Amino acid sequence: MDFATLAPFLVGVVISGLVLGFVYAIIALGYTMVYGVLQLINFAHSEVFVTGAVVGFEIFRVLNGVEMNGYLKLLIALIAAMVASGLLNILIERLAYRPLRNAPRLVPLITAIGVSLILQDVIRIIEGFQGRFDLTYQLPTGFSTPFCGPESSCAGVGKFLGGIGISLQVKEVIVVLVALVSLAALNYLVNFTKLGRAIRAVAQDRVTAGLMGIDANGIISLTFLIGGALGGISGVLFGLKFGTVNAYSGFDPGIIAFTAAVLGGIGSIPGAVLGGLVLGVIQNLIGVTNILGGALNIANLGVIDSSYQRIGAFLVLVLILIFKPTGLLGRSNVEKV
Amino acid sequence: MTGNPVTASSNRASARPAASSTILSIKGLTKIFGGLTAVNSVDLEIPRQSIVSVIGPNGAGKTTFFNMITGIYEPSSGTVDLDGVSLVGMRPDQVTQAGIARTFQNIRLFASMDSQENVMVGRHSRLKAGYIDSLLRTKRFHESEKEAEDVANLMLEFVGLARFRHELATNLPYGDQRKLEIARALATSPKLVLLDEPAAGMNPRETEELKSLIRRIRDDLGVTVCLIEHDMRLVMTLSEYITVLDYGSKIAEGLPHEVRNNPKVMEAYLGRGAAAGEYGKEEILKGGANA
Amino acid sequence: MTAIRPGSQPPVTAPDRSIALIVLAVISSALLLISQESSWLSRLPSALANFLKNPLVASLVLTFFLANLLFAYRWNASLWAKLLVGGLSLFLILPWAGRDNTSVLDLAIQIGIFAALSLGLNIVVGLAGLLDLGYIAFFAVGAYTWGIFGSGQIGKVLTYFKDNSANNGPVVAVGGLVLLIITALSLRAINRVGGKRTPVANWAFLLAALGLVIGVTLLVRGLVMLAAANAAGLTSGVNPNFFWLFLILAIAAAASVGVLIGLPVLKLKGDYLAIITLGLGEVIRVLANNLGTYTNGSQGITPIGSASVPWFNSLAGAIGFSPDQYNLFFLYFVVLIIIAVIVLANMRLDRSKIGRAWIAIREDEIAAQAMGVPLVQTKLIAFATGASFAGIMGVIFAAKQGFISPESFILNQSISVLSMVVLGGLGSIPGVILGAAVVTILNISLLPSLGEATASLNLPPQVNPAQLQRLVFGGILVAMMLFRPEGLLPSVRQRRMMHEDDDPSGNMTPQDSIAGELNPENAAEVYSPGVATRADNERGGGTQ
Repeated sequence: MDFATLAPFLVGVVISGLVLGFVYAIIALGYTMVYGVLQLINFAHSEVFVTGAVVGFEIFRVLNGVEMNGYLKLLIALIAAMVASGLLNILIERLAYRPLRNAPRLVPLITAIGVSLILQDVIRIIEGFQGRFDLTYQLPTGFSTPFCGPESSCAGVGKFLGGIGISLQVKEVIVVLVALVSLAALNYLVNFTKLGRAIRAVAQDRVTAGLMGIDANGIISLTFLIGGALGGISGVLFGLKFGTVNAYSGFDPGIIAFTAAVLGGIGSIPGAVLGGLVLGVIQNLIGVTNILGGALNIANLGVIDSSYQRIGAFLVLVLILIFKPTGLLGRSNVEKV
Repeated sequence: MTGNPVTASSNRASARPAASSTILSIKGLTKIFGGLTAVNSVDLEIPRQSIVSVIGPNGAGKTTFFNMITGIYEPSSGTVDLDGVSLVGMRPDQVTQAGIARTFQNIRLFASMDSQENVMVGRHSRLKAGYIDSLLRTKRFHESEKEAEDVANLMLEFVGLARFRHELATNLPYGDQRKLEIARALATSPKLVLLDEPAAGMNPRETEELKSLIRRIRDDLGVTVCLIEHDMRLVMTLSEYITVLDYGSKIAEGLPHEVRNNPKVMEAYLGRGAAAGEYGKEEILKGGANA
Repeated sequence: MTAIRPGSQPPVTAPDRSIALIVLAVISSALLLISQESSWLSRLPSALANFLKNPLVASLVLTFFLANLLFAYRWNASLWAKLLVGGLSLFLILPWAGRDNTSVLDLAIQIGIFAALSLGLNIVVGLAGLLDLGYIAFFAVGAYTWGIFGSGQIGKVLTYFKDNSANNGPVVAVGGLVLLIITALSLRAINRVGGKRTPVANWAFLLAALGLVIGVTLLVRGLVMLAAANAAGLTSGVNPNFFWLFLILAIAAAASVGVLIGLPVLKLKGDYLAIITLGLGEVIRVLANNLGTYTNGSQGITPIGSASVPWFNSLAGAIGFSPDQYNLFFLYFVVLIIIAVIVLANMRLDRSKIGRAWIAIREDEIAAQAMGVPLVQTKLIAFATGASFAGIMGVIFAAKQGFISPESFILNQSISVLSMVVLGGLGSIPGVILGAAVVTILNISLLPSLGEATASLNLPPQVNPAQLQRLVFGGILVAMMLFRPEGLLPSVRQRRMMHEDDDPSGNMTPQDSIAGELNPENAAEVYSPGVATRADNERGGGTQ
């Protein structure tokens, strides 16, 4: 491959990686927000977002024959997913985490793993009763067509973008837009509202926040609600990007998203976004290393195939935690002795 | 007390040496957290086999100061020398092995162990048996375990907790838990022991017991003691030398009566207006009587 | 004047259940043997015989039989009764039943393997408090160590090297050895420098570590190249008698991997440690999948040989085993022996300097360090010890199955071992053995047979009990953590710790706690009811 074809190819890979990265970013937000207030890795978040994906699937399935604006369908799917995942997350917090608030560190962690496992089977069984395992999104027309394709009104823009290697489908653009809107909303909530201030207070020092009159338990539940809602959104976005989801789909993206959260600095919202984007690009690059290797005439890169994508994220995590444990944007957490 | 393993590595108490020999020499110790200077270039010379105190209002940086000495925090600058050996950059367990032990402001006992086991952990760095010895139950293992138990019992007896030997550590009354922490620290055969607010939460009777215990640590075990403390009566009657910190800097030092009358010290405490002020004022103005 | 502790009662001794124990043991043994031996079954009325042949019933009978071992351990009975029941069950009845139905022996060996795994993870999680979610990787290392050498795979590997590399063997080996020595020495030198390392030293350390790994790899590669000349003689693996050697080698291999994995990650806090170890476990599995030259990738390695001891085989034959059952019978006893050794090692380590250090680290790292316990070193030893148990059992696993593939070492396996430890009791030796037994029986025997039994009910395939592992494991983990975090057979320490916040006059009777074992001299003390309680954030049990 010469430079003329390699460059657009790389651009394409990176852009596609960014789209993927936005999905990871929203998932990562769910992890980082819960970790911020409880210092707990909510292992079950991967199933919370799968729940959102499943709800989104059901909405699209039910509305498939109905004559309705595709974007309206999407909106309904998003709202339904947010509600479902948000409530699920609150439920998990109440039943499984709150009773263990003062237990030694190991205990809630193990519980979280258990909840994750239970949910995997529950989701499998629920969909299984309807004879389904792999759920393929039935998207409204137009979603899977190229963005600014040759037949659309912005064909000129599309051709230009295609020239430099950016060829996206409508649904991918939707993913980015929804993600950006969600981020903006979250940013406003956390940084400019009284509620957001309360959340940040509880995240920093729960006891003192309580002394200041903040209902810590209520805030924690609210944080889980928000985290779950974000999970729901990310589930629908996941369905849009990947097309198919099943009860076990949550694990891989969950690990990658958690890595993203840590990469950016656990507890930091911008960090989660940055981490998500970086990992999305890295994942994509790993996926094409053999092609790249061929292009750049580097033998042996062929050994790194897509099955290494899974462990690529882990290796990134290890490296970060060795060299910069607080992550890219995180604050140093000095323990008071 | 010949053959006592605890005192073997510290000086004998029979003839008190002149206070000129220094066991711990700290120069210019500084700690900066981001934008905040918690400890600002503090010097301290602790004479061998003495009892000295570091005092100051809350937030003066005393515990941070201790934490730098014991290796929990890395100093931003400055030197710490124990008997001429530099401790800067050592890990906490290495500092303990070098000869400094400590207790904590918030009691940190091992919750699931009884008193004896807690103190036995303190002996960890001095025991000679290794992993293979433990697996094969060699003679060295048995000797080592006996040493651990013996030292533990000795220390428990020394602090007066022998009867609680097999009592779960967290079941002990509060004052006794503090004593247990001291016993555990002593089991490391230290040259110097740092006590972080050992009298906190104690009633007057317990405080008197503590005072005599600290004196016995110096006299019978030959271990140097450095205290952080808020209880002025204890500080004034116990310390041979006092250093006062405020906002991270040393504002005064000297013999108890010098510090007591130092206007800067009074300002640091009284000028705060907080709860601690009143008690301190009374004690400082009363001249720390009722020793 | 002796004062009385509030809430104290005269000690109650449990009734002596020796007779009941023996009777139950006889009944369950009889049931087990009858249900497995077809000639005896045919003498029963056919309804009863069919009932006993029902897979679910057979499974329950076996469970009941194994439960007797639990009773023998727990009940208050005379020592000889316990030994009699335990000894005969393990050494006589089980093999006897296994003779008629090898699946019984297979199950017993599986339980043994997982019991050893649980004991290993018990040290890492239960004693040292390090949540390792990738523990199964060490099992895989042990399994592949024997799997490669005990099968034709080694022949393939050597052939590959013979065909693909010129006679570089000696060069590569020597080069690797030199690199190994240089890097090992530099690592040691860097470590010797006391105190915190400068960033430069950190980078040097990392480079040296990398060099060490490369050196080892080159050395091994070179040796393999050298050995490649002998490829012809190894089409079916090394001499099976090397099995014993490989038991030891697997320990070394697993422990080394444990140290390698542990070095970078053990200074991380609990949550991060969990995720990283999970990832590293996956890395090992992916490597097993992808390094096809060595591991034959996803197809796995088969057939894998096993040791055979001639006099043992004659003995087995004499008792009535058929030759294809010799291996299982043999491995069963090897497993029993290994478990005995592991339990002994566990007990010895627990009551030693290192055991106390592990518990101290779990409780409060900062206080432990202040008492002179070197954190990383101590954690590494826990890791390596736990890993070695898994490694040696990996060899047994490979030899028993005759076949291994990366599928046997997936994440779910790590989690199921964790659930065994949690179920039985973190830090409790008998507890985790029980946990291993319960979970293994559930997984291999009860759930599948429940699935078969309910097949006739025409349940939708989703709720087929055999498929409900995730639900069951997850349920176990959550239920145990919420309601009985100290496990089914808690270690005394753990029980005291977990119920620390309970009403002192409530749950625990004095004889439950160590406090109840106070010397008579202590009975004279009055425990004031107004004992100060400590605020949560001052508790010593981990305020990370």
